[in-house]
Amino acid sequence: MEQTKIIDLKNISKSFDGEPVLKNINLYIRDKEFVTLLGPSGCGKTTTLRIIGGFEQPDEGDVFFLDERINDVPPYKRNVNTVFQRYALFPHLNVYENVAFGLRVAKVPNNVISKKVKETLALVNLKGFEKRAVSTLSGGQQQRVAIARALVNNPKVLLLDEPLAALDLKLRKDMQNELKALHERTGITFIYVTHDQEEALSMSDTIVVMADGRIQQIGTPTDIYNEPKNAFVADFIGESNILDGVMIDDFRAKFAGVEFKCLDSGFEKNEPVDVVVRPEDVDIVPADKGMLRGTVTGVTFKGVHWEIIVDIKGFKWMIQTTDYCAPDSVIGLYIEPDAIHVMKKSEYSGMFGDYSSYSEEFDELSVADPEEEEKNTEAEDE
Amino acid sequence: MKTLSRIYMVLVFALLYAPIIVLVLFSFNERGSLNQFTTFSFYWYAELFRDATALGALKNSLYLAISSSVLATVIGTLAAFGINNLRSRYIKTVIRSVTNIPMMNPDIVTGVSMMLLFVFASTMPFLPLKFGFVTMLIAHTTFNIPYVILSVLPRFAQMDKHLTEAALDLGCTPAGSFFRIELPYVLPGVVSGLMLGFTLSLDDFVISHFVSSPDFQTLPLYVYTQTAHKVKFSMYALCALMVFAILILLLLVNFAGSFNLGKSKVKRKPKTGVKENG
Repeated sequence: MEQTKIIDLKNISKSFDGEPVLKNINLYIRDKEFVTLLGPSGCGKTTTLRIIGGFEQPDEGDVFFLDERINDVPPYKRNVNTVFQRYALFPHLNVYENVAFGLRVAKVPNNVISKKVKETLALVNLKGFEKRAVSTLSGGQQQRVAIARALVNNPKVLLLDEPLAALDLKLRKDMQNELKALHERTGITFIYVTHDQEEALSMSDTIVVMADGRIQQIGTPTDIYNEPKNAFVADFIGESNILDGVMIDDFRAKFAGVEFKCLDSGFEKNEPVDVVVRPEDVDIVPADKGMLRGTVTGVTFKGVHWEIIVDIKGFKWMIQTTDYCAPDSVIGLYIEPDAIHVMKKSEYSGMFGDYSSYSEEFDELSVADPEEEEKNTEAEDE
Repeated sequence: MKTLSRIYMVLVFALLYAPIIVLVLFSFNERGSLNQFTTFSFYWYAELFRDATALGALKNSLYLAISSSVLATVIGTLAAFGINNLRSRYIKTVIRSVTNIPMMNPDIVTGVSMMLLFVFASTMPFLPLKFGFVTMLIAHTTFNIPYVILSVLPRFAQMDKHLTEAALDLGCTPAGSFFRIELPYVLPGVVSGLMLGFTLSLDDFVISHFVSSPDFQTLPLYVYTQTAHKVKFSMYALCALMVFAILILLLLVNFAGSFNLGKSKVKRKPKTGVKENG
């Protein structure tokens, strides 16, 4: 089924103060799709969103909205609405007036406004909150007001800039489901920006993985997870063991000093490659039966499974298993051919190695910081 | 130590307010004397209101204070909006410093330079500039503008710039967004700037002295001319009234200031959200 391209970005480049933020981005978004722009802080995802919203002009390239070039169309003339990261609710207006704002600007008759605002507030489960001051609402409620305020104008495209970043985990999960449901009910195209890969995987029809101002991969969540294009994508989405390897021949890869059967082909003979093995795809077997043998150096209980770090010839593998392995025990690993994914070498090869420096704190620190978009906009006052 | 600091504090306040208290007190003295307080009365107040020149000066003063502060507020608010939207941090700092200079400038310098400017301007052809209300209005508006900017600019700076973007996003033109979003947001700053300007204009003497004409006298100028001969006790009453008026306005300014603070506190509340990693 060929759907219409609602947004089409062609060769978009943008820099701030000589610092390139977007480098030749090409991306189209189909009508009614739920697209997520995913990437670490500073990758240009927010800037891409702001270009679609009209808050930034690309230095080069064109933005098309239903085949019409909109580079010079100001935000207030675009049929696009935005849910801002910090909600940006108007502090001097109550919930009703916040939601009604767009309709009032459009000079919609009062009785229509009242009806639409009520409907939309019901849609986001905020019935009865009309008279409340926005400052008295919780984060989740403010988020809903922000979504209602955008949705009430019935935009063709809804832009969401890390809308759930400020919510706690439980609330975030609930809101993910609600957003997904809203998307299905309204049939509006959602363009969603996040640095949270789990969020992206669970909500999107299409994920656009970005890094360093470039699109790394576009695909469905399963594609992105199972067939990452390069070491960056493999590392950013989920956990992965990324090894240096050689493609000896079609369906034959050698890494960790051992030759494995795999399902990948189309590489040159003896081409150096990156090999990805997902931690959950490795089976633990007795040491003498394993294709690889190693020593357990760390075990962490994760609730559903154990996360163990195995040292194999100096390379630390992460393996997720439901069977407990004692630290310092020697175990064998068995890897099925379909658990192996081979990628071409890229500029990210070697940047994401093993889990030797892995620790909980490190994981937390490496998560994107929420102030990303501040960098992208001009000087702010103290 | 504690008693010492208390005594010190009392001393400071006594020195600050003693003259005013004496003035207010003796404005209620029936006999026109500074040596002894005889009977409490409003005699000098009544006398004041029989003095047509004084009342005329009061009217001029109020007229001037209101018009100059309103004018300065409009200009200053727009200026603050513009300064805040400047892209270059460097230019922003420069302009802010430049707008601050008139506040530090001694009044006498401002007054003399204004006078010179007006004298020069009145020699120009086709420029019917005469010393009087117009020159006073220009002078007062000019020295009020920096104070308005000073009180409005922080509000603009404090404002989440995404609010403006949200308004544009929802279909507002930039001008519409200014009136619907920015202006309500900075209103507390605008109000305190307005009141500040009003009080400054009301009690300005030095600058007014240089740019006024005999046919447009403000209250401070009138009081000054009175004291030159022999102090009428109705002047005490007049000064006392001005003290009260300024006091009330200052309270209002402070009230607006605290309103200002309360708002921004509420604004920050949503940020107490949970830490933001996935």
